[in-house]
Amino acid sequence: MEEREGELRWDGLCSRDAATRAAALDNVGQAVLRRSRSVAPGRAAGGLPAAAARDGLSEALVRLLMLSKRCPFRDVRERSEAILSSVQELGIRIPRPLGHGPSRFIPEKETVQVGSEDAMMHALFADSFATLGRLDNVTLVMVFHPQYLESFLKTQHYLLQMDGPLPLHYRHYIGIMAAARHQCSYLVNLHVNDFLHVGGDPKWLNGLENAPQKLQNLGELNKMLAHRPWLITKEHIEQLLKTEENSWSLAELIHAVVLLTHYHSLASFTFGCGISPEIDCEGGHTFRPPSVSNYCLCDITNGYHGVDDIHASPAASIPTTESVCEVEALMEKMKQLQECRDEEEASQEEMATRFEREKRESMFVCSSEDEESAPTRDVSRHFEDTSYGYKDFSRHGMHVPTFRAQDYSWEDHGYSLVNRLYPDVGQLLDEKFHIAYNLTYNTMAMHKDVDTSMLRRAIWNYIHCMFGIRYDDYDYGEINQLLDRSFKVYIKTVVCTPEKTTKRMYDSFWRQFEHSEKGQTTLPPLPLLTTPSAPQVHVNLLLVEARMQAELLYALRAITRYMT
Amino acid sequence: MGAAWLGAWPEEWAWPGEGAWLDTALSSLSVAPEGAGLSGSGRGVGRRGLRGSCSRRGCGTRGDGRLRGVNPWYQVSFGLSASHAVDANPEHPGAVPTPGPALAEGTRGGRWGLDAACGAASLRARSQRVDPAPRTAMEKMARVSTALGGNTLTGRTMFCHLDAPANAISVCRDAAQVVVAGRNIFKIYSIEEEQFVEKLNLRVGRKPSLNFSCADVVWHQMDENLLATAATNGVVVTWNLGKPSRNKQDQLFTEHKRTVNKVCFHPTEVYMLLSGSQDGYMKCFDLRKKDSVSTFSGQSESVRDVQFSIRDYFTFAATFENGNVQLWDIRRPDRYERMFTAHNGPVFCCDWHPEDRGWLATGGRDKMVKVWDMNTTRAKEIYCVQTIASVARVKWRPECKHHIATCSMMVDHNIYVWDVRRPFIPSAMFEEHKDVTTGIVWRHLHDPYFLLSGSKDSTLYQHIFKDASQPIDRANPEGLCYSLYGDLAFAAKESLISSDSNRKPYIGDRRHPIFFKRKLDPTEQFEYISSSSALSVFETDVESGSMDWFVHTAKQYALAGRPLAELCDHNAKVAKGLDRNQVAQTWTMLRIIYSSLGTVSSTNLNHSMGKGSTTLPLMNSFNLKDIPSGLGSESRLDRSKGESRTENILMDSSSTLINNEDNEETEGSDVPADYLLGDVEADEDDLYMMDHENPHAEEQEYSLPQEAFPLRHEIVDNPSALDHLQDKADSPHVSGNEAETVSLTPVESFSLISISHSLYENRLPSDFFNPIVRDTLLFYAEQGDVQTAVSVLIVLGDRIRKEIDEQTQEHWYTSYIDLLQRFQLWNISNEVIKLSTCRAINCLNQASTTLHINCSNCKRPMSNRGWICDRCRQCASMCAVCHHVVKGLFVWCQGCSHGGHLQHIMKWLETSSHCPAGCGHLCEYT
Repeated sequence: MEEREGELRWDGLCSRDAATRAAALDNVGQAVLRRSRSVAPGRAAGGLPAAAARDGLSEALVRLLMLSKRCPFRDVRERSEAILSSVQELGIRIPRPLGHGPSRFIPEKETVQVGSEDAMMHALFADSFATLGRLDNVTLVMVFHPQYLESFLKTQHYLLQMDGPLPLHYRHYIGIMAAARHQCSYLVNLHVNDFLHVGGDPKWLNGLENAPQKLQNLGELNKMLAHRPWLITKEHIEQLLKTEENSWSLAELIHAVVLLTHYHSLASFTFGCGISPEIDCEGGHTFRPPSVSNYCLCDITNGYHGVDDIHASPAASIPTTESVCEVEALMEKMKQLQECRDEEEASQEEMATRFEREKRESMFVCSSEDEESAPTRDVSRHFEDTSYGYKDFSRHGMHVPTFRAQDYSWEDHGYSLVNRLYPDVGQLLDEKFHIAYNLTYNTMAMHKDVDTSMLRRAIWNYIHCMFGIRYDDYDYGEINQLLDRSFKVYIKTVVCTPEKTTKRMYDSFWRQFEHSEKGQTTLPPLPLLTTPSAPQVHVNLLLVEARMQAELLYALRAITRYMT
Repeated sequence: MGAAWLGAWPEEWAWPGEGAWLDTALSSLSVAPEGAGLSGSGRGVGRRGLRGSCSRRGCGTRGDGRLRGVNPWYQVSFGLSASHAVDANPEHPGAVPTPGPALAEGTRGGRWGLDAACGAASLRARSQRVDPAPRTAMEKMARVSTALGGNTLTGRTMFCHLDAPANAISVCRDAAQVVVAGRNIFKIYSIEEEQFVEKLNLRVGRKPSLNFSCADVVWHQMDENLLATAATNGVVVTWNLGKPSRNKQDQLFTEHKRTVNKVCFHPTEVYMLLSGSQDGYMKCFDLRKKDSVSTFSGQSESVRDVQFSIRDYFTFAATFENGNVQLWDIRRPDRYERMFTAHNGPVFCCDWHPEDRGWLATGGRDKMVKVWDMNTTRAKEIYCVQTIASVARVKWRPECKHHIATCSMMVDHNIYVWDVRRPFIPSAMFEEHKDVTTGIVWRHLHDPYFLLSGSKDSTLYQHIFKDASQPIDRANPEGLCYSLYGDLAFAAKESLISSDSNRKPYIGDRRHPIFFKRKLDPTEQFEYISSSSALSVFETDVESGSMDWFVHTAKQYALAGRPLAELCDHNAKVAKGLDRNQVAQTWTMLRIIYSSLGTVSSTNLNHSMGKGSTTLPLMNSFNLKDIPSGLGSESRLDRSKGESRTENILMDSSSTLINNEDNEETEGSDVPADYLLGDVEADEDDLYMMDHENPHAEEQEYSLPQEAFPLRHEIVDNPSALDHLQDKADSPHVSGNEAETVSLTPVESFSLISISHSLYENRLPSDFFNPIVRDTLLFYAEQGDVQTAVSVLIVLGDRIRKEIDEQTQEHWYTSYIDLLQRFQLWNISNEVIKLSTCRAINCLNQASTTLHINCSNCKRPMSNRGWICDRCRQCASMCAVCHHVVKGLFVWCQGCSHGGHLQHIMKWLETSSHCPAGCGHLCEYT
């Protein structure tokens, strides 16, 4: 037992030093081969030990598979593949990846291939790999916007690994709790592994009731933050901070809140971009040899592959006249809005009604398609009360006072509070919000030098509007003009009930924008990305950050009220 | 640091990971000079910085002159101006202003007079340019001073409830009315003697419009009927109180696209209004026109504050969300005159100094208030006040050159008045508000005693200066600080010092006497009225104060990586080498107590068991030597014989007579460790011997039962240890060492040590001694020698850890680490951190392990990947000799900033005195 732990040491692989990596891989390779030989079909080493060894072996093989596909370092990729093939030669079945690239929504060939990334991306990959020991699919998708990805990784790394008030396993567990609220099995799987890795108690994973009381207390806040953040009051905060021995400290609470909101919104991203399971997680690989039926099954559910040569990225191959028109129309609208704003000035009442209307309408914007995506891991056990989902405020007849952004803003108030209690995080989040909000390449579809700020602001404010946050200085009529219904459906679904996002929704908005544009509103001038297939990542980033900020604002306001 | 070659990155302080090492690297980096493209940041650095300021604060040596009470000069001039103004009015009713009244006012102070005259001149100039009645303006100015001159403000601290949270307040120039504006409130209150009285509600109309939702409000300082508000929806509204209708709304400017954060009237121009908005634009309005006159684009982010300069007619300052401050000329809307970065993060506010015209105060989210001198070509930061929360507003206090009032945006509800020259403690504090203060304003332009404030808690307050709480009163006026080398700095009120000065210097502990001599008697004195303080520095005696032993010990101690016995021996030797016999003895003892259990030091065991053939002779000889000298304790031996016989039977039959006797004796004395302790301390101080003797006597009764059980276990366990021991060349050395120490204290101790040796191994588990060891450690820590305590703690590890409660351990660790760091023994402190078993300590070196590097070519920060700068695509740190990237120790010349591998440079400079880079610089390596 001890020996086994000793021999399979993966940590050296994360090193930036090629020699260290090579040595580590040699070790791993030898160990795997040795063990493979012991369980190879030739030798009938029956009984339990063989089974146990096989268990450990398949784990190792899966990990090697992951490395061979998702390691930024070429040497590791090649060596892992070599090891795998030599294992295969021994007559042992090796795993193969399921699914098609990091995202189900984006054809694999349109995503950035590991190994073909440019220098900046490579640096980011290497960073991510060195700190996490993996290159996850989220990173692979976000890398379309390297500037944002950098800030994102930095923040996430700080939240999870650097000094903070909460112990490491708590952080991952909170991540699991948050992701589980949205039944995001992808994130749950990822963090279950991390949680165990940092020494978390596996018993906790059986459900929130098995976790310490302290974490259980957080359940309520988690639930509200995820679905109805506007209901959080200072009493909730008081409750958490005042329950004697299981109480939270303010700093811990801030850390927890930031983690919760981070993972809620990351769950939105995961679903919004259709992130596939990691290769080394459940559902990311199979030991079965490719069989026809299996092949077809996933093609059917995902709706592409094989066929995508024909129909994928229609805008790219055949920019239809219709799509061109749509872009033109949108730009025309933006221009009009810019001009006429000075002319006709809507009355105050009119403005207020526009906000209310948008708020009200946002709840009727609902996806008619209710395709259930079955979570692979039993995520529901991490939280109770599954029925408590996103509820639209006035639908239930409760009056929620509008949150005035000017009275409690992130820049003035939220930042100060977070930075005070959890130093540096305020700064990191501030940067991240800023980058996401201001990310633009000043292009729209094939048009260059477009000021997209209006569109970005409309999206951002629409999301905040769904959460009841109103900007006095914004004319909510603009939203209606700029965002069409299918887009609103997509936003609403991703933000409020991400688990219901489907590929159809993803495909249905902004068809006019090339596949690439969806995500980006724009393309970085990289030859690599001129293939018109970058995802709607940009929109998703906006959604993610706007949602995170909205949740944070409610939580922080409650905390501020508690403190005063 | 005269050395030309300096600064090194040790090879093993590898870049990523290795948090432990990095921490050390950081700390030492901060010591390296800057400018070499290097900056280090680390917890260690930060903490030291903090300490620096704390001690400064603690010492109170920063206290400095602060005007308090009445300034006679001011009063005198005040009277003057009043009389002149009274004179002036009837004399020049409506006449074109002459410098007369201005100069009359000017008598208040040379500079002020000059400026006032200029003001009048510019006013006149303008009157020709445009048209408005300069006459009225002048009249009003005169009246302002009259108002104050005639009857000084009176009132008391008072407040009134508003219906809603306030966002901003502003006063009428007559100091009798105040306007409060917020999202749901817009009212004018008159300030009466005893209370606020609501005079007017400007929020009229059935449906409250967003135009009433004010982010800012300002009352014109020349026209008391004129107000302007900035609405959250981006509208700028002006109000004319002179309107007969209920609705006083005058003009509506809807030019800004986002929330307007600030509006500001020109100080001397009636119709000029300036606004700054979230959309990044500033607009200047002429109130007689429908649209803005000019628009200024900051080209950066949202504008948070705009303020007209008081000195320059055409200048205004704008602050931005990205930390910049811009100066604009109102005539040139195309670009700013000057820009500088004032804060890290948004600059929420700024205020021009009312008298010293070149000064601009800014406050930001980074919790700083900074005062900039704008007279020079480059804005120069002259003062900086660190507050505890982000700064929402700053307002210079009238008539007090260095005073400034601040309030914060979050968390902190108080209003502070700072003397910028004394940035560590506010000179006054108003604590009335229950929620954040959103607006502060001095009631009158020339009255420093009345401050009005509005708050989110829906109250409006008038604060009177004499009711302010003064933190200085509560602050401890004495400060005391030890330097590393035992010097002591002491600051206290002058009065205290002078009365004390002829007292005899304090003489410390007899065993570690510290003699103080006072170095500088009449030190800096501060003309701080309530407490002028004096600083005295006491130096310690050269010998007794020297901390060399500490440094040497820290460097030489071995804490891990070897068997316990070796560690103990090594450390004992180190201590001995430094003439610290007591500590040496302690180490020896520890070896004896603990190492027997495990692997080493079987000599004694063998000896008592009579099996180890090789060691036996040695031990025998040792004991034989020891018997004669030990005779002195014979009597005790006899006394105890009877009791212990039975136990002895259990002993291996082959044990020698000597052994038996040894055993007996120890049994009789029964707590051998006690003797040991007594012994050791007896070396230095007889007193302690005495101390230990007493408990010893008491313990005698309990000892027997304790001995009985462990005995067998020990014997059973021993054979396994035996084999190890025999090939340890270590044991003879140990006994030799003991013999040495023993020889210092001739008779008694010698025998005791050897006796205890053989005995407890058979009889007592080392756990038995834990309480004693614990007491020893506590004793050392109590003595101020945490070094020993911590070292023992680390060496013994689990053996002793559970005996001492976590907090004490943590406390010891932190003190020791702190000491080590003060001596700049970074490596050792880090080793201690690594070896510590406390969680809290262990994580110390996990923190802040980031190393920031600037590229040596383009001076910009490098990302932490690789050795090539992203921007200039060059290798950052090339060796000047071999032209390879230096990945370890980089040593560079401070003269020409060329450098390279340490080895290469060293070799090069052996043969040549010029820089290897060929720059012609004569480098020196020392």
